[in-house]
Amino acid sequence: MLTEFGKIFVFLLVAVIFVIALVIVAWLIRPSRPTKEKLMTYECGENPEGSPWVKFNIRFYVVALIFLIFDVEVVLLIPWALVYRQFGLGGFMVGAIFLIMLGLGMAYEWRKGDLEWERAKIIPPVIKRPVFSSKETREAEPVKSKQLV
Amino acid sequence: MIIYDFLYNLVFSITQSAVAGDITAMVISALLPLFILVLPFALLAVWLERKVSAHMQDRLGPMRTGSHGWLQTVADVIKLLQKEDIVAAANDRTLFNIAPILVFAGSYLVFAALPFSSAYIGSNIDLGLIFIIAASGFVVAGILMAGWSSNNKYSLLGAMRSAAQIISYEIPTILVILTIIMITGTTNLRTLSEMQTGYFWNWMIFGGAGFSLSKFLFIPFMLIGFVTLFISTLAEVNRTPFDIPEAESELVSGYHTEYSGMKFAMFFMAEYANMFAVSAIVSAIFLGGYQSPFGYLGNTFGLHWLIPIEQFLWFASKGVFFVLVQMWLRWTLPRLRVDQLMALCWKYLIPIAFVNLIIIGLITVL
Repeated sequence: MLTEFGKIFVFLLVAVIFVIALVIVAWLIRPSRPTKEKLMTYECGENPEGSPWVKFNIRFYVVALIFLIFDVEVVLLIPWALVYRQFGLGGFMVGAIFLIMLGLGMAYEWRKGDLEWERAKIIPPVIKRPVFSSKETREAEPVKSKQLV
Repeated sequence: MIIYDFLYNLVFSITQSAVAGDITAMVISALLPLFILVLPFALLAVWLERKVSAHMQDRLGPMRTGSHGWLQTVADVIKLLQKEDIVAAANDRTLFNIAPILVFAGSYLVFAALPFSSAYIGSNIDLGLIFIIAASGFVVAGILMAGWSSNNKYSLLGAMRSAAQIISYEIPTILVILTIIMITGTTNLRTLSEMQTGYFWNWMIFGGAGFSLSKFLFIPFMLIGFVTLFISTLAEVNRTPFDIPEAESELVSGYHTEYSGMKFAMFFMAEYANMFAVSAIVSAIFLGGYQSPFGYLGNTFGLHWLIPIEQFLWFASKGVFFVLVQMWLRWTLPRLRVDQLMALCWKYLIPIAFVNLIIIGLITVL
């Protein structure tokens, strides 16, 4: 007997063979008359300008990182969700503590601005007393900023 | 299941060979969803999409081929078959040709674990729910491959957006599915459907089978979970409000800009197969899967062979119903911006699904 995952492999084979067969059938029927213009990359009828591998937003990378964290944690939670009821309230608390930590991490990311799509707002650390400060510089500062304005 | 055993016994009685029986039964039952569901559904849905959008905009839509244009998709397929298949000089040939295969295989794999009726499920794996999530994640690789190998700015941007969107919206999906796993204690889709047997008040959206206090406590949270799951699966198949990966007005058509002919048709078919697959997942999880809401005609008349057919019809009509809802939403809601899209996922859906998960966990324990 085939195992259940063996059946899935047959599904995969069917899908791959189906696509390849259709493409081959189309290849037998269709014409093929390439010209230089046809083989040009499509850019609304203009000649392609510059490298196609444009710079993309760094946020895509950050989203992928956050996704990775969540995904791994969810994978850890699935076995827990299947069995926790056998252990009563204690079993639930184990998962709940983990979930709360996950929530805290999420709240931290949110506060740091990693969930905003626009450029994250930089929140500088608040230093109450400047390390190198004397009376003169502290008084000179407002004057300096006035000059700038 | 029953179909598989029937085919196996049929071939076994002819050839007396277990290997031959296994192989024939498996190949035929793997071909069934393709020829009974995916292909006819794609043909129907493409026509339906054009008709629905036309009528919503007070137009007629296709009218020439066949009565009310019902042969339009067939004509389109014949046209696409003879279209020249252009691989531009700058494309990465190998990856460019592999991408449609990966995308279609990813969306067809989902059908392997869907319970179509009590007589037929492609593969009755215990990890059904998790397998479906994993298989739909497979599509991302194909889409990124298509975008990268196209060597085109629109394609690359579309693929990037699509990948970011699909992986982001996977998390609320998994969180809602996790709540279902917590309540039912199973990840097998067939068992999950069998649990919701009987009448419609046994469906998961109404708190599952049985009458206890927890069932009534579940109902509001199940409704929240249902809406969350529907929104996030809608985003996973890149349908409008969430179609920025292939926004026609800014990105031509996203990651399949460079594709033409049959390869383009494959992307299109994968998209429609995906639309049905996510609708079927939503209905299998929350709306009883193949179960009828009112009992079966087969039971009333004592015709037991009728029940699996009825179940398949219920399953297909639930799926088609949600596909129609998706088409309706397409002409109702405007497209979201990228930042709104990400904010909806990370700032609304995930926290909501998260709180939902903890509350449902508390209810099941208490």
